[in-house]
Amino acid sequence: MSEATATRTPPAVDAFEPKIIAFVCNWCTYTGADLAGTSRLQMAPNVRIIRLPCTGRIDPLFIVKAFERGADGVIVSGCHPGDCHYTAGNFHARRRFAVAREIMGFLGIDLDRVTFSWVSASEGGKWSEVVNETTARVRKLGPFNTYRDLVAGS
Amino acid sequence: MQELVDLTSKLLQNGDVNVVIGYEEGPRGVRPVVAATPDDCRRLIFDHRAVHNLATYLSPRRKHLRVRGRAAVVLKGCDAAAVATLLRERQLKRDDVVLIGVRCGGVYRTTTAEGALSADNVADRCGGCALREPTLVDHLVGDLPPEPPTAGQRAARIAALEELSPAERFDYWRRSLADCVRCNACRAVCPLCVCERCVADKTDPQWIESSPHLRGNFSWHMARALHLAGRCVDCGECQRACPAGIPLTVINGKVGQVMGARFGFRPTDDPDAPAPIGTFDPDDSQEFIR
Repeated sequence: MSEATATRTPPAVDAFEPKIIAFVCNWCTYTGADLAGTSRLQMAPNVRIIRLPCTGRIDPLFIVKAFERGADGVIVSGCHPGDCHYTAGNFHARRRFAVAREIMGFLGIDLDRVTFSWVSASEGGKWSEVVNETTARVRKLGPFNTYRDLVAGS
Repeated sequence: MQELVDLTSKLLQNGDVNVVIGYEEGPRGVRPVVAATPDDCRRLIFDHRAVHNLATYLSPRRKHLRVRGRAAVVLKGCDAAAVATLLRERQLKRDDVVLIGVRCGGVYRTTTAEGALSADNVADRCGGCALREPTLVDHLVGDLPPEPPTAGQRAARIAALEELSPAERFDYWRRSLADCVRCNACRAVCPLCVCERCVADKTDPQWIESSPHLRGNFSWHMARALHLAGRCVDCGECQRACPAGIPLTVINGKVGQVMGARFGFRPTDDPDAPAPIGTFDPDDSQEFIR
């Protein structure tokens, strides 16, 4: 929990704090993240959650958009296979992400900036691990301005 | 190709079809033609320069052709795979078209090339083609020519790109996609870009920035690759149509490799074969998911 304790001391004003966007499904990961919060688990405060009905609702373009708008990292998380509230949404999503991820990697986006995970409603601990690991990894990679700044002046 | 001329003239004479979509000799190599009379059919040819994927004229977006009635279309195996995808996705009714397959010995990269097919002038997709005798057809013409040579450049290029670090790859694509002017020729020519309204045309919310700057170009080319994953038949028309010379078939080829390795998918002219995206296997590999 070394990262978690580190977050208690306020960082230096100009220190890099990664901005991480998490696209999570309403039924499992969002509830899991809620559990992590009510259980008072220490987590890096760098993650902004966007709640969606299902991982099947997460278009890979969301990830691209997040980077476009200046995110340094992205987490995509939902129900474990077999647990989908809509029966098969995460199975479809898994295939789509598998391809989307390879396309993004092939075009030069560092895949260490994107975390995919399954976090159930009871896995508050796993959620805090996913958050802390991703934050640590992205912090090491540094800011991802290259993508946002593909347009001069933005 | 007399066999093709006789067959298509008969189809038109008998009233089986209203138009025949095929290839003719043009001022700069072979070009597509819509033949409406048996007389027109005498112009039809087929050789290594028949690069175009005529399945694109069967797309539901081509309303100006659809109003002309039942069409017969000349298809290579790769083109038949595109027709199979249109059928699989219910974009086309099988009874609305007459499919004329030609046995194919490979095509050049360009419509104007000359001489024997060689590794230097053959299209990337031709080597090792499994569809040289299309099965999804009503008529099959020609004799089976010898197997085409294999062009190795694309596979080598994909492998070389994969060797690079993400930052170096990003630089490569940044240089390459900087030339994109977002003319949408790749989309217009594609037989499988069938959406009535493309995500790239949406303005509210605008998922893909529409000005021809690098950031919009990146998201457009990612979205294009993604929306064609498991559908693309690798006909290479997008790259041929691109005025900026962007190596689109390198992206398509990479996606094709992924679809093959992960889901065992290869372009096929069987319309009943399941599409890899939109179906799933509960045991799909998920090594990238924590």
